[in-house]
Amino acid sequence: MSRLNEENLRIARQILSRYPKKKSALIPLLHLSQEQNGMVTNEAMEHIAELVEVTPAEVLGTCSFYEMFKRHPVGEYQINICHGISCHLLGAEDVLEHAEKSLGVKEGEITQDGKFSFEGVECIAACTEAPCLQVNYRYVNRVSSDEFDQLVTDLKNGQNTQIPKHGTLAKTRQNIQSEKLAGPAEVESASPPVWLQRNKEDQ
Amino acid sequence: MTEIQQDSDLISVTIDGQEVKVKSGEVLIDACEEAGVDIPRFCYHKRMSQVGMCRMCIVEVDTGRGPSLQPSCMMDVSEGMVIDTQSEEIKKIQDGVLEFLLINHPLDCPVCDKGGECPLQDQTMAYGPGETRFVEEKRHFEKPIPINDNVYLDRERCILCDRCTRFADEVVGDPLIQFIDRGNSTQVNTFPEDPFASYFSGNIVQLCPVGALTAKPYRFKARPWDLEEIESTYPNPLGDRIVVQSSRDQVLRLQGLDSEAVNWGWLSDKDRFSFEAFQSEYRLDNPLVRGGGLNKADKSGTGLVASSWAGAMSIITESLNGADPDRVAVIGGARLTNESQYAWAKLAKGIIGTDHVSADLGDDLQPHVLLGLPRATISEACQPNNTIVLLTPDLKEEYGTLFIRLRDAAKNLGVKIIELSPMRTALSADAAVSLHPLPGEIGNVVQAITTGDIPREIGGISGEDLSLAHSHLKDTNVFVIVSRSSMGQSEEPIIEALTSLQEVDNCRFLPLVRRANTMGALDMGMAPGLLPGRNTLSSGSSVFSDIWPNLPTESGANTKQILQKAADGDIDTLFLLGADPLTDFPDKALAKAALERTNTIISVDLFVTPSVYESDVVLPAASFLEADGSHTNVEGRITPIRQKITPPGTARPDWMIAAEISHRLGHDLGVDTPEDIWEELGSRSAVHGDLDYRKLDHLPDGHLITATGRIPFIPAEERIETRPVDSYAMRLILGRRMFDQGTVTQMSPSLTQLAEKSELRINQYDFERLGIIEGAQVEVSSGGASISISVKVDNRVRRSSALIYSNLEGADPRELLIEGAHSIDIRIDPTVKESA
Ligand code: SF4
Ligand code: FES
Ligand code: FES
Repeated sequence: MSRLNEENLRIARQILSRYPKKKSALIPLLHLSQEQNGMVTNEAMEHIAELVEVTPAEVLGTCSFYEMFKRHPVGEYQINICHGISCHLLGAEDVLEHAEKSLGVKEGEITQDGKFSFEGVECIAACTEAPCLQVNYRYVNRVSSDEFDQLVTDLKNGQNTQIPKHGTLAKTRQNIQSEKLAGPAEVESASPPVWLQRNKEDQ
Repeated sequence: MTEIQQDSDLISVTIDGQEVKVKSGEVLIDACEEAGVDIPRFCYHKRMSQVGMCRMCIVEVDTGRGPSLQPSCMMDVSEGMVIDTQSEEIKKIQDGVLEFLLINHPLDCPVCDKGGECPLQDQTMAYGPGETRFVEEKRHFEKPIPINDNVYLDRERCILCDRCTRFADEVVGDPLIQFIDRGNSTQVNTFPEDPFASYFSGNIVQLCPVGALTAKPYRFKARPWDLEEIESTYPNPLGDRIVVQSSRDQVLRLQGLDSEAVNWGWLSDKDRFSFEAFQSEYRLDNPLVRGGGLNKADKSGTGLVASSWAGAMSIITESLNGADPDRVAVIGGARLTNESQYAWAKLAKGIIGTDHVSADLGDDLQPHVLLGLPRATISEACQPNNTIVLLTPDLKEEYGTLFIRLRDAAKNLGVKIIELSPMRTALSADAAVSLHPLPGEIGNVVQAITTGDIPREIGGISGEDLSLAHSHLKDTNVFVIVSRSSMGQSEEPIIEALTSLQEVDNCRFLPLVRRANTMGALDMGMAPGLLPGRNTLSSGSSVFSDIWPNLPTESGANTKQILQKAADGDIDTLFLLGADPLTDFPDKALAKAALERTNTIISVDLFVTPSVYESDVVLPAASFLEADGSHTNVEGRITPIRQKITPPGTARPDWMIAAEISHRLGHDLGVDTPEDIWEELGSRSAVHGDLDYRKLDHLPDGHLITATGRIPFIPAEERIETRPVDSYAMRLILGRRMFDQGTVTQMSPSLTQLAEKSELRINQYDFERLGIIEGAQVEVSSGGASISISVKVDNRVRRSSALIYSNLEGADPRELLIEGAHSIDIRIDPTVKESA
């Protein structure tokens, strides 16, 4: 069931067609499957392995490297609270502690109603806006405890329309017209990228 | 990984104050080692790519800009380099690296199999800190988890050196183990429920520099310091070099020996774990005779009962005394060492006087193909820019380490592989051209490729592909690796293909045999018409006649003819030397009839195989772990086989059995030790003359026999026309699996469960076309015969052909073979039978 559904399989094929090496589509396809199910399931990884012609272990190796891919269920709103150095200095630990209290769950757990989960993450590259967090990868900057609570209430009541639920298909898809594709028009005429040559993968 | 040596010039560098000459372009860590300076390491392995994971090999390097700290495995030497491996800085770094590596290491050495041979333990003693400053909690993982049937992984011990994962991915192409997670959580693991199903999984246990990977057959069996070891050869067709390790007269482990010429230290799991079979309770340890009670031989008895050697011998002498030599025959001998083969050849041909001696079992290339073509070694074929033509089935199944060598050649040396196998194989992805001629059509395909006379298509292979293959044969050295790829195809099409390839300039060949020491058997005269040293009966008789008094004058019968004669009642005494025609000979009915009609069948074997079970006298032989001798691999490379343990019960080396029979027939075979044989042979065989048996242990690559041309290749005369497969039929391919019903797999507890059941494999397209249900039992027929077998989709099989692996549990595809046919078309009746 949690393999890519028919519609997403079509999108997957489109994504695959963008790359000279099928393997390159691995990460975009992981995103796609997370959009579909809200997490990356084992079945989805197996499906992706078939599509990009690698072993499921290789998909898992890549998938588990990136924290943005969740291999366990998360809340509809996944809150990533940054505790990188800048955020740390400006009170990230307080935000984390507050989140735990106000949501009533520990880091990594899901609230009873299934709406929220949170975790501490490394620097999300918005240090000037510290302490900051992401809800389903949308930034919320300089959050105080009150603002955090407000955010949670708004999301709960459906008053925040900016942030879609976790696992919603992205509204926009990358759609590159062929004449705007980077690189030589004919893939075959291009010399393989340096990393491929080095890894001798292109022979 | 092989380094391409573009510039073999020597350059000078200074290592620890000593100026030394090293090969330009060499990796620094290797250069130091050659200069006698040992650098500690964990991740570096010269047969794999460099990753610089562990930082243990750091040295100080000065290339003129002042000393800097560099991992010596990630850097090549250059002229004038000054290297310091001993400075205070380096000592501190080594100490520091080890302290970090040990942070999460559980230090459970007292209960770890690796303790005593563990690089982490050894290097910590030599370079590391005595104390840890780490007081925090270490990482915890479930202690060992099985990653397949034979290998356990303890992630707490792992130091993340990437050796096992690199091996899986780079060396054998089974990337089923990976680094999972990141940072402090990184671990080696498989995908859930997807085991490390590799034919080569045992190698990662040998590679792991800590005790994170352990092999079930060896776990908690011994301590390294209790092991004695000896370098030997595994008697498979490639003659993979091994180290046999034992304790208290029991072999506990086989390890790969890094031999530059052959296996590079790798072994297939079948060979590595097979030592269990040779020590299993099923080993024959005493003679058996058909009879009534102990020592009371009674040939009319029904069962096999234990006997003494004397009792068994008396039946043998009785059947041989005054026998007509023409009614005596010997089948088999590929299991034997060279020395035992000589002894048996001498007994059969020189003493008994029969030339009906044949080591093949009707499923191998003929002697004139094996001996008549200009031969190449594996390393000669695997040189940059060569072209290798493969007329073989999937090498991964039967010739594991050759598969590894060719994969390396294609991936890292720019060798072009033209694969002409009946189906997609593990090498197809790396081949420059991978074509799959239908069985029977290989001759036509090869002719087109070699001559460049390209038709529009041949049996579904396009002219374009043929031209591409043709282009790779030009301006290069061409090497051909050939074997009987499918029992569903007769030998003629292959000979036809070889005849065309012979015309290619400088083309050389590496013919593969199916059984262990078949090459030795031929060189020792175990084929009709042959005498040792590639002499023929007609031309070489005079060389041997003084010590082989009863040499026959007429050339004798090969296995097929012997079985035919036996079935006609023309053979009274048949020796089976480790041969099991009932299982292996393609025409099972003929084998059965032959064994039924022969008066006295004498088996010399290690196990009770189906044919042994039909024998009248069974003599237990010593295995390669229990006797000294030597082995000849497919290249003609002679390497030592060394005794490590004593044979079970009263089992003896095969040559000793031959000597004993000869003695009882009133002739001294003149052989008291394996050395004697080389002395006798040395003076008479020009081929073996320059071999110094006593030095064999000290030749890292063994001794290569190079003579060719003494036995000429007989080219094909007629052309076999292609035959279209009609739309109701499929062309049959009979393949082989690494793990099957063969005795070695079946008698090794760690391997038996790896053998699958017999299945018919076809392409998804045909599957849908025929409307079959996956896993359904179908009726498959050819000629008058039919078998019932379940079906599986396998897209490696091309359209219009069907694959069945031989010798698996269930349906026996030999039933479908038709005597004399170049290829077999089968029909599938997809109606599901109720009984299924
Ligand atoms: S299991 Fe052994 S070989 Fe594999 S990464 Fe860990 S330490 Fe290295
Ligand atoms: S530390 Fe929080 S965004 Fe950089
Ligand atoms: S051996 Fe050089 S970094 Fe590991």
